[in-house]
This record gives sequence, structure tokens and C-alpha cells, in this order.
Amino acid sequence: MSVIPHLPALRKGVPYESLDKIDVKDHRTGEVLAQVSQVNAGIVRRDLARIGEARADLKKFTCDQLIEICKKTGEIFLTATLPLGDKGHTQSPQQYMETLSRTSGLPYVMVKRNMAKINDALANMRTVLNGLTRGLDLSIIDNGFGEQAGCPVSYYPTTNCLGLVMPSNSPAVNSLWLPAIALKTPVIIKPGREEPWTPFRLIQAFIAAGVPASAFGFYPTDHEGSGEVLKLSGRALIFGDANTVAQYKDNPKFECHGPGFSKVIIGEDQIEQWPQFIDLIAASISDNGGRSCVNASAVVVPKYGKEIADALAHKLGPVQPLPREDENARLSGFANPKMAEFINEAIESGLKEPGAEDVTAKYRNGPRRAELDGGVYMRPTIVLCDSFKHSLSNREYLCPYASVVQISQSEMLGQIGSSLVVTAITKDAKFIEQLLGSPLIERLNIGLVPTTKISWNQPHEGNMFEFLYKRRSIEVA
Amino acid sequence: MSAPEKLDAHLIEIIKWHFSSETGCPFWLEWMSKNFDPKQEIKSFGDMVKFPHFQDEWLRDLQPEVWVPNAFKGKPYNIFETGGTTGMPKQRIGWDDYKHDYSEFSTKLKDEHFPPGKHWLMMGPTGPRRLRLAVEHLANVRGSSCYFIDLDPRFVKKLISNKQFDVARQYMDHVVDQAVTILKHRKVSGLFTTPKLLEALAEKVNIFEAGIRGVFCGGTTMLPQYVRFIVEEVLEGKIGFYPTYGNTLMGLAASVPLLPEDKFSITYYAPQPRAVLRVVKPDETTQTVDYDTWGRVELTTLTKEFFMPRFLERDEALRRKPRAPYEWDGVAEVRPFGAMENKIVEGVY
Repeated sequence: MSVIPHLPALRKGVPYESLDKIDVKDHRTGEVLAQVSQVNAGIVRRDLARIGEARADLKKFTCDQLIEICKKTGEIFLTATLPLGDKGHTQSPQQYMETLSRTSGLPYVMVKRNMAKINDALANMRTVLNGLTRGLDLSIIDNGFGEQAGCPVSYYPTTNCLGLVMPSNSPAVNSLWLPAIALKTPVIIKPGREEPWTPFRLIQAFIAAGVPASAFGFYPTDHEGSGEVLKLSGRALIFGDANTVAQYKDNPKFECHGPGFSKVIIGEDQIEQWPQFIDLIAASISDNGGRSCVNASAVVVPKYGKEIADALAHKLGPVQPLPREDENARLSGFANPKMAEFINEAIESGLKEPGAEDVTAKYRNGPRRAELDGGVYMRPTIVLCDSFKHSLSNREYLCPYASVVQISQSEMLGQIGSSLVVTAITKDAKFIEQLLGSPLIERLNIGLVPTTKISWNQPHEGNMFEFLYKRRSIEVA
Repeated sequence: MSAPEKLDAHLIEIIKWHFSSETGCPFWLEWMSKNFDPKQEIKSFGDMVKFPHFQDEWLRDLQPEVWVPNAFKGKPYNIFETGGTTGMPKQRIGWDDYKHDYSEFSTKLKDEHFPPGKHWLMMGPTGPRRLRLAVEHLANVRGSSCYFIDLDPRFVKKLISNKQFDVARQYMDHVVDQAVTILKHRKVSGLFTTPKLLEALAEKVNIFEAGIRGVFCGGTTMLPQYVRFIVEEVLEGKIGFYPTYGNTLMGLAASVPLLPEDKFSITYYAPQPRAVLRVVKPDETTQTVDYDTWGRVELTTLTKEFFMPRFLERDEALRRKPRAPYEWDGVAEVRPFGAMENKIVEGVY
């Protein structure tokens, strides 16, 4: 057995060792933790031309059977020692956590939280599908047609596979594709360069739980190969920045997951109680290292902007990087230190424009870009902006970052822009009615709910069922 | 006579030819009057470092007549071009060199892959390129005739530089569709094309079932994984594969048949003594790199039609040891110079 594990590509589940491999390294020490086979775009094209066979293998199962398998998969993912690559290596949950932490920069505590989140998504698959399908009898998917609420219904698959070009920055995004398996749709995954671990482990867990290996494509590849995954999959998820999302957002073949620009809003009726909300707002900004699209990146208030910014800065500013095994670690290191440089420079450049102040600076006692044991981190940053016209007022970075903007309640909905999640702290019925009517808000929390809270029975970004299936009218004589 | 002795003897003959007023061309005779007399200075290939690197701008900026050896004066020549995506292309003139190169290359082809008398198809850059006549000559030497489908690489490079990827794809489809039509309606057994076009063709038609038994390929980078993919999946291990490295200035370097221990790393050997390839240190080009080490490819062309000392190609490669039947160094895994550092437009062809 070789010393370093090798992750092969999986071509309809069959391991393929390429002659072209890349090293996945510890983000601090540079130690090589695994080699990953890289396939050329032609391999993706050839395999996707025959992906219908993989779908046929999944179609043999009922949705109910696949839901039960998902539950088992979650347990296996969380607790079992699974194959790691094709050279005889295995990976325990502890090893998964440590390795992922070493390559992604996430501290153990966050990896554990992400593991639990993935398990929850699998364990609650019935609830998830119930939410996505709004209570559809899933045998209708198995049979192709049936009856719901007295109406004939028929659904057909929109694609033979779901393509994914995954990011490296958060393992929990893998929970997005899990319903595809329960919905009988093979997945074609191009893993993130620094994060092959989670999709590979999930695939192994699915296979151990009974899903045919042919349902899984795992294609570490280059830019051209990634393009083919997106182009040739009938449906694909896109992860990227605002520019990437802009390229794909109007094409129904793609579901885009970009910056969330999530926000916490306090209504005029509640603003006098603002000190009671600071913990919730701080958690919304900084949970999961501030890396999710559901993390708040702006706090919008009608009054006390300066005081609220200062209170958040007082709470978050002193947060420092801690060793990855520390249970209190709240910051995530950067696998690519250049990304930290870029973020730091972007914030500094924004601060040079009049009208913004880094309120955290005085509580930080050190630079925003920090180092610990060779790892690079970005410490929390709260910027008080004088309006939404300032370039830092509606930005999202891969770290705990938020602006605080004070504007009147009547102006809020006109200025916040598209927001994946809005937590509105208000009891004002009229304001709530306006919020409910806003087309800019994807998920709305009314009251003391952190932006990061996700409901399994409601999709917060896109609807995987509606993405993978379409309704047709049907008449059976 | 050993290979180095043969090379030195050939070199001395070529130097004498190009630097004598009866046989040499105006360019090199004038160069000699301003520099040194190579007939005195160059006694072996090791002395070639006394020449500066050949500047390919000379082939773009000067009229072709300056390259006509006096011995060939009045004899019409072929003008072959390379480059030219923007501005003036580089031009090399010639008479029979390509015939020598490709007649020799024919001996490397197996009859089971390129059966004598059967038809060929070339799908790739034709136009003003030497390759177009060379492939036809090669087919003819083997008693075959050849169909041609053109691909204009200058247009493709422009499209890619302008990020018009959809148009590039349409153009590639247009080229490949023509090949599919020929394969459907004509009996073809031998194919010359570029790796990307081969792959695209195989996505549209089963090329073994279409009758193809041998593929002669060249034009762009073929790294080991890609070669493996072509051999195992595109050609399904049933079709003879002959990768080559070459250009208008050199001719054609053939590859040695792949062995399992090669792990699909292709090594090319120049048609020595007519052309010599060295892999040199980029910052000290008089010195070659160690074996199995990356360096820049340097080409010296030594024919009576064309003398080109120490031209630094825009490619890098691994230097490889001699391997039978070749008694001189080879170049392996050729890729654009600086490929690891820069994005280089190689195109879809």
C-alpha cells in the first residue's frame, strides 16, 4: 500500500486512476495528504454521453427505498470507517474531520457541525422531499403519474444527471445535492480542488448503504472539464461569485448559488431593544466562520447604527484564530492565502472611500489578516457605512464581515437589494406585510431567528424537485 | 560510422554548401561577410554554439529570394507558412525537403495500419502549410490518395483570443461534419488529424467501424494522460496511433512506439542529420539540460535547401536518452514554452 492515499476519478462508480494527479496539501505545512487523479475533458464527454444507463440503475429503486437508504447513508457518513481511494486506505470519521480541517482550514468544531448538518439532511430526507414537493405522494415519481388532491398529476425528469462544480470553501454545500439521489438522479461531481474529501466520503457512504455505484460520477478535472460537466448535464448547480452567477442565472438549466447578501433588519418598533439582539446578529454574521451565503453581511437599522456597530465590533473584534482542535475556534483558515490577501485589500480599498469606518479595528489589537502556526485567517470586520451607496455596504466576503447601515424603515426595502435570507426583527404588521410582498427576499425570518437557521421542510435557495422534475398534463384512457 | 560522426560529416557538407558563393544563399553569404566563416570555425556539431540563435523574424521580414541557394537559382520553389494569426506569417521556401522527410517517415508506418493503396483523409491545417503537400506525398509514397478537409488555425486562434468559444466550437463542428460525410460515403483507412479533431470526430462516428486503421497525429500538446485517453478510449486499442512532432521549419520528428514502461509519455526523435533537436537550459542555451529534465526545445535544420542554426522553438520538453532505432537524444511531452506559468492559446485544433 502506498503511503499517501490516492483518490481516483469515479466513472459511473468505477475507479479510474489518471496519469495526471494533483497533490492536496495541508494548508499550513504544505504536507501532501492525498493525490487526486485529474481527468481530461474528453473523459467527461464520453461518460456523459452514456449517463442514461446510470439513471436506469437508480430508477429500479422506489423513492421510499432511496429515502431509507439516505437515512442509512447519514449514519454511515457520520460513524463508519470508509474506503479512502483505491490503494487500500480507509478513513474514520475522526480522520475525515482532521484531514478536511488540514486542507480547508476549517477548525474541527466547524467540520463537526457540517458533518451533523449533512447527516441531518440525509436523516430528514423524507421531510426535505415533502417540503420540496409540497406533500406529493412519492409513488407518483415512481410510477410517473398518479393523483394528488383529486387532480391527475404526472412528473417527468428534466435530466439524466445533476452536474456539480463544487467549491472548496464549505463542506456543507454538499447537502444541496443529496436530494437528487432520493429523486433517482445520478450526480456528476467535479470536486473543489482542496475539498475532494466530503463528496468522496458521501459517495462511499451511499454505496455502502446500497445505492448503485453507477449513480456517482466523481471527476476531478480542469477548467475545460468543469465546463463540460456544466454544459452536458441536463441540470447543473453553479457556485461562484456575483459575476459567475450573472452569466448563468437566466438559464433554467442552471441553479445558481452565489453570494447571499443576507441581512438582519430591525424595525422601528423594536429598535429601542437593540442590545438584546446583538448575540443573534453576531451569530448570524460569524457562525460557520462567516463563510456561508446565509451568513448576514449587512445589518440594517433605523436608529443607533453607530452604537449597534460598536456593540457588534466589541463582541466580534477580539475573536482570534485558535488551534483547529480548540472547541472555541470560530475562524476558518484560508486554504489559499491569496484569497485572504484579496479580501483584505478589497476592504482596505473600500475604507479609503469617505463614509465608512472599520469599527472592529479598535477592538482587534492587531491586523485583520492574521496568522497562526502557518495558517492565514481573516478576523471579523464590522464596517459602519453612512448609506447603501458606499461600496462596502452590500459586500460579502469569505469571513465574518458585515456592514451596519442606518436608514429609515420606509427606505429599507428600496435599498437592500436581493437578499438570500432576511431576518426581520419586527412585530409591525404593516412592515411585515411589506416584507412578505418583497420579491428581493428569498427566505424571510420574522422575529428572533438567526439568518443561518435552515428549515429542512422548506428550500432556502432553489427547489431541487422542481429543478429535476417537471409536471406534464396527463390523460389515461 | 556512429550517429555523431554521421552528423558531423553531414554538417560539414551543409556548412560548405551554404557558405560557398556557388551554392549558398544571399542571406548566409552576407551574414558570413559580417561575422565569421563557418567553413573555418565549424568542424563538429559542438561548434554550432558559435552561431547565434536563428531569428524567426528574418523569415517574416525578408523577401523569400534571400533564402534561395545559388545552386537552385531560377528553380521555382514552394512557399510554406507558419504563424500569421496576426500580421505577416513566417515563410520558409523549399523544393524537395518535405518529400525526403515524409518518404523516410513512411518506413515507420505499418502496412496493417496504413495499407498501401487504400485512401487517406487529412483533416487539419492545409492552406499554405508544408503539411498539406507532405501528407499527400506520404500517401502517394504508399500508393494511396488522400482526401482533404481544411481547418484554419489562424481563425481558431483569433476566436479563442476573442473569447468567441461558441463560434470556435461551431467551426470545429463544421470541420468535423465534413470528415464524417467523407467517412460515410468513401472508403478511408488512414487518417491524419490533430488530437482535438480526432477526439471530436470519434464523438460523432465510430472511426474503427468507419474503416480507419491508422491515425497519424500532430499539431498540439499531447501529455501522457491525453495520449492514454486517445489510445484506450478514442481508438479503443484497435487503431494504430502515430504521434508526431513537427513544423514547417523542422520537418517531422517521429515517435517511438509506446512501451508499457513509457506510461504514455511520447518521445520524438528528429530526422537527424537533416534536423537536430536539443533540449537546452532556458537561461543558458548553449547547454543542454540533464536527461528526463525540462528545458526549451532548440532546433537546427541542416539541408541543402535550408540552413537554420539553433532556432529556439516556442516549446519546452523533457530531454530523453537515445532509443532504438534512434542513436540520438529525443524530446518528450512537448508543450508550449512556459505552459506551467502562462495560459497559452493552443486552440481547439
